[in-house]
Amino acid sequence: MAVDESRADPVEDKSWISVTINGSKQDYLVEQRLSLADFIRNQVGLKGTHLGCEHGSCGACTVIIDDRAVRSCLMFAVQSDGSSIETVEGLAIDGVLSPLQESFQANHALQCGFCTSGFLMSLVARLREGPIDTESEAREALSGNICRCTGYSGMVAAILEQSNSIQGIKENS
Amino acid sequence: MKSAPFKYYVPSEIDEALELLYQLGDEAKILAGGQSLVPMLNYRLLSPANLLDINRVSELKRYSLTDEGLKIGAGVRQREIELSPEIELAFPVLHQALTNVAHVQIRNRGTICGSLAHADSAAELPSVMVALGAQMVIRSGVGVRAVKAEEFFKFHLTSDLEPAEILTEVHVPKLPAKTVGAFEEVTRRKGDFALVGAALLGQWDANGQIQNCRIVCSGVAPVPLRLRFAEDIVNGTDLSDQVLVNVQQSVMDSLDPTEDIHTSSHYRKIVTGVVVRRGLSRLVDQRGAANGSR
Repeated sequence: MAVDESRADPVEDKSWISVTINGSKQDYLVEQRLSLADFIRNQVGLKGTHLGCEHGSCGACTVIIDDRAVRSCLMFAVQSDGSSIETVEGLAIDGVLSPLQESFQANHALQCGFCTSGFLMSLVARLREGPIDTESEAREALSGNICRCTGYSGMVAAILEQSNSIQGIKENS
Repeated sequence: MKSAPFKYYVPSEIDEALELLYQLGDEAKILAGGQSLVPMLNYRLLSPANLLDINRVSELKRYSLTDEGLKIGAGVRQREIELSPEIELAFPVLHQALTNVAHVQIRNRGTICGSLAHADSAAELPSVMVALGAQMVIRSGVGVRAVKAEEFFKFHLTSDLEPAEILTEVHVPKLPAKTVGAFEEVTRRKGDFALVGAALLGQWDANGQIQNCRIVCSGVAPVPLRLRFAEDIVNGTDLSDQVLVNVQQSVMDSLDPTEDIHTSSHYRKIVTGVVVRRGLSRLVDQRGAANGSR
């Protein structure tokens, strides 16, 4: 959408922020009205964070800020100054998928993949709080995100598999 | 779908915020959690010339639970209150209501006071605060005033706040001993605004009768609606099945709820009766427990 920039003072309408994104800290000059989601995609260049509804309903843009899953379409980039941001790009290490991503793949938890990064970030934050032992807990954990093609059964299976393997590791250690 | 340009202010002190607000007046919107405001900015339903971000005002980011009750500052996230075991123990009805507010990703950013100031008549927190007899602490450049929750909500999306005022804190008074409570709602999908919600409080007396019952519904009127006629029916009774049937019928006969895109007035009336009956049943479930320590 074309936006009339004539009102904008190029200096006053921007602020410097310092953020840590997937472990790497950097300073950016951001337009104050820029959403965190657009900042991550267009200024940082991490396109794994997707924008669906842009009003907080779909969850596709979910990222983790200071250990909490949030909608990046409902924050301005300028508000993230000083915080630590995790996006889906931070999950795989050297091209090796994280165990949760592996479970998603093994259980056919995605089809088109548009919503997947949001689901993954919501679940990563949730699994840090504790294991997900039952289908009903899994569905609760999924409830803040929307998938419009595959449905949720594969994701429920992936979560339970993942949680069981974490439990198994803990019990065996 | 991007917000229109705005001038961004990020004060670090409450006095600085109030001074800015006084200067900017109704040309400014206060940004706290942003979970209601930012969608409206993205849709350009609102395009304020100035945004006053209060997230860096450390004084507003505190809450405290004392013998007097619970005080929650305007910067406190809903999720912080939800996760406090002490608050869950002292105000179970508030905890239950919070778990019904949108989704965890929203509650991680959304604030308690922001939801109250937004004054959505379908939201959970306004009705639960009316039931709890909470006080809104409102500050401006010229002073502080307190307003009862019951008088704070004026209309859908309209509160008692003036343009130069900030809802800086909400005070929830300590509940009387042996108080029981329940929060019930019916939604079409998990996390949606409820078609109807109900916050209920009361105390079981030594004779096994409910006293001082408060029943406050969301979604049925432009403000949280206290069902005094239903309270009159149940107070002094044992909430027997017959009483519950009578209340449910009375609610359906008496109300003329809002009709909107989500449902008809007729259906909402039926749902209100059901939600109130379910809430009262939950108070019955707690009759034994209430004769314990609290």
